[in-house]
Amino acid sequence: MTAPLIELRDVSKSFGGVRALAGVSLAIGRGEIHCLAGENGSGKSTLIKIIAGVHRPDEGTLRIDGDEVTTLDPITAIGHGVQVIYQDFSLFPALTVAENLALPSEVQARRRLVSWSGVRKRARAALARLGVAIDLAATVETLTTAERQLVAIARALISAPRLLIMDEPTTALTGREVARLFAIVRDIQAQGIAVLFVSHKMREMLDISERITVLRNGAVVAEGAADGFDEATLTRAMTGQDFAAQSYRWTRQDARPARLELRGLAVPGVLAPIDAAFHAGEIIGITGLLGSGRTDLALTLFGMRPEYQGEIRIDGTPVALRSVAAAIAAGLAYVPEDRLTEGLFLTQSIHRNLLATSYAAMTRHLLIDFARAHADADADAMMEQMRITTRNGDLPVVALSGGNQQRVLIGRWLMGMARVLILNGPTVGVDIGSKADIHARIRERAREGDLAVLLISDDLPEIIQTCNRVLVMHRGRLVEECDTAALTDTGMAEKLKALS
Amino acid sequence: MSFLSLRRSETVIALVLIAAMVLIGLINPAFWSLSNLFSLARSNVIVGLMALGVLMVMISGGIDVSFPAFAVAAMYLTIRAMLAWDWHGVIGPFALATAIGFALGLVNAFFVSRLRMIPLIVTLGTAAAVRGGLLGLVGTSQINIDRMPQALIDFGNTTLITRAGPGGTHFGLSAMIVVYLLAALLVHFFLTHTLLGRGVYALGSAAEAARRVGFNPTVIVFAVYGLAGALAGFAGLLHGSMIWLANPRDFVGVELDVIAAVVLGGASIFGGRGSVLGTLLGVFMLVMVSNSLILMHIATTWQRIVVGGIIIIATTATALRDRRQIV
Repeated sequence: MTAPLIELRDVSKSFGGVRALAGVSLAIGRGEIHCLAGENGSGKSTLIKIIAGVHRPDEGTLRIDGDEVTTLDPITAIGHGVQVIYQDFSLFPALTVAENLALPSEVQARRRLVSWSGVRKRARAALARLGVAIDLAATVETLTTAERQLVAIARALISAPRLLIMDEPTTALTGREVARLFAIVRDIQAQGIAVLFVSHKMREMLDISERITVLRNGAVVAEGAADGFDEATLTRAMTGQDFAAQSYRWTRQDARPARLELRGLAVPGVLAPIDAAFHAGEIIGITGLLGSGRTDLALTLFGMRPEYQGEIRIDGTPVALRSVAAAIAAGLAYVPEDRLTEGLFLTQSIHRNLLATSYAAMTRHLLIDFARAHADADADAMMEQMRITTRNGDLPVVALSGGNQQRVLIGRWLMGMARVLILNGPTVGVDIGSKADIHARIRERAREGDLAVLLISDDLPEIIQTCNRVLVMHRGRLVEECDTAALTDTGMAEKLKALS
Repeated sequence: MSFLSLRRSETVIALVLIAAMVLIGLINPAFWSLSNLFSLARSNVIVGLMALGVLMVMISGGIDVSFPAFAVAAMYLTIRAMLAWDWHGVIGPFALATAIGFALGLVNAFFVSRLRMIPLIVTLGTAAAVRGGLLGLVGTSQINIDRMPQALIDFGNTTLITRAGPGGTHFGLSAMIVVYLLAALLVHFFLTHTLLGRGVYALGSAAEAARRVGFNPTVIVFAVYGLAGALAGFAGLLHGSMIWLANPRDFVGVELDVIAAVVLGGASIFGGRGSVLGTLLGVFMLVMVSNSLILMHIATTWQRIVVGGIIIIATTATALRDRRQIV
């Protein structure tokens, strides 16, 4: 048996005292499609960067073709035939497709002068090899994400690699583009090139790979042929937990008026009159197809549709939610869908992000009184409650993983003493483990924090597991309302399909 | 990509330029007089040489406001050295001025690249330090025509064509325009035909990607700031020889004109974009507009307003262009 193309043995790596990889072993055979699975922060990126020569392992050995390699830097890694396609593709947006394709090989050949006819010739050949047609003279910034990815793949193939590492290649692709990508990956494999496919999407991994290695907390927790895995075993390996489908239960225990009551709430042309009541402690799912009006309902409640008609009552008292400020004052909190652009101050610290809506309450005579408000202690307590993985509240939010960022955003509104929390797609782009934990936090807060939670989502299993009740909206009207206890994923999907 | 495509910024600038020339010519036909055109060409030289340097820095994703200070330092130090050592000739002094500018440019590069500081702040700082150092350590006295080295004056006075003007005077097309165009050709070759030049675009377009591809960002940063300094040093001495005067307080506020010209020429303030042809057109446009205010019977005090306006409009236009293409 010949030695594997690349073999790592007992590789460890720490960054400033944080252990990213602990004794990881991994072997990639020639021409094999190997999947590296793991959640965000499991050490996948570190492992890729070790193979690519960006990081040097603290301990352990790296063998290529059976020979131990002790000094690996990016250039020698490329020399050994390792090519990485990073998530951002590492392309030059302002340069043409032709130059993007040819530039790396020109640099590696240590040329001094550029031959433009050679650039175009090589670029044309590279695209022909993939069998795709993209205008060579177009600048990369004018391409779609899928086209950019093809350029990145074509570029990697120019240097005749033996191992192509693709970091989360499907993140920004549509279903059809993913299928096309997979056909290309298989084609690459047919040329004898091994592919290391890094992902956390289970269906894709099972679909494309021959072998799977699962990382968790910097260690290999499962490894084997892809046929030996199914979604359940992969999930268990990636998260270390079983996620039993058990939906949220809530029963009314007192005769208090509803936390939020809508009486004929309507927005002309957008929402048909809605009557509904939500109680404290409830988690109510709101779903529907695109254009169902579910986000409009959320925005209306958050004071962003001041032209609304009808009546809104909170704890039995009518309120006028004609502005965001009025909605916040009434105890409404809204966590938008796009947390990166609409919700978080990415470069600011976790503490500041958590406290962003609390400053008004802490302010007296235009000055923020931090001491009086014990702001830091409160923020620390919220970090604990939301189980944000770091204890350092001074860290910028941008340093956190997606799941943790989302917790900061939810935590911020909980600090502001919200009475109704509206979450729009709270786990979009969050990995499974984090997702389950965010769901657990939402339930806990609903129960203990005496909150009514409205959860808007496309993710039907999420709604059925997390909510006690679900509202289905369609074209601006509330078309159905039922208890989740009586529902299954498929039953729910059928209902939605029937609408379209 | 067609040469005349409206998607090329150069084509757009050229069209605007032609329109502006027609307009100015209509207001005052004296614009088209040979003497005005010659003097216009001459005014392009110094701003243009400096703009070529700034263009390279801007494509790499940086900015340089220190070059006028470097130009003054190179000019004044070189002429003082020529006087002190009774040094004649042209090539030697220009080599020295260029070297002084180059060395100062490397100081910028060191702070930007090794200490990872913001280029605007670094170059503001080096500009102030160099100007202050020059006046404090070297001298504040102006060197007038009576003491200027004759070789420099002769060189700066070289003309390609001369014509007799009214009243027995002569005017000519300065040969310095050849020096300028030659420098432009060299920079164009550097940016488009050398791998280091393409590295300048790559770094300005996506720094991390440039690193991953195997470009050495340190080398690129040293090259662009060094070359910008060298061009400024050269332009400084050339300026002195063209106006027969070495004033250690010269070139104040020139950075604005030059940056305006480069941005007008389609270079992106975000880096990664820009061309020599565009810059030549941008410089011509800026110099023409500010020189023609007099021809158009507009008070010269308006000149600064025009330059400021050009910067804002051109920057906005290129920023909008870049944003549209990114989305």
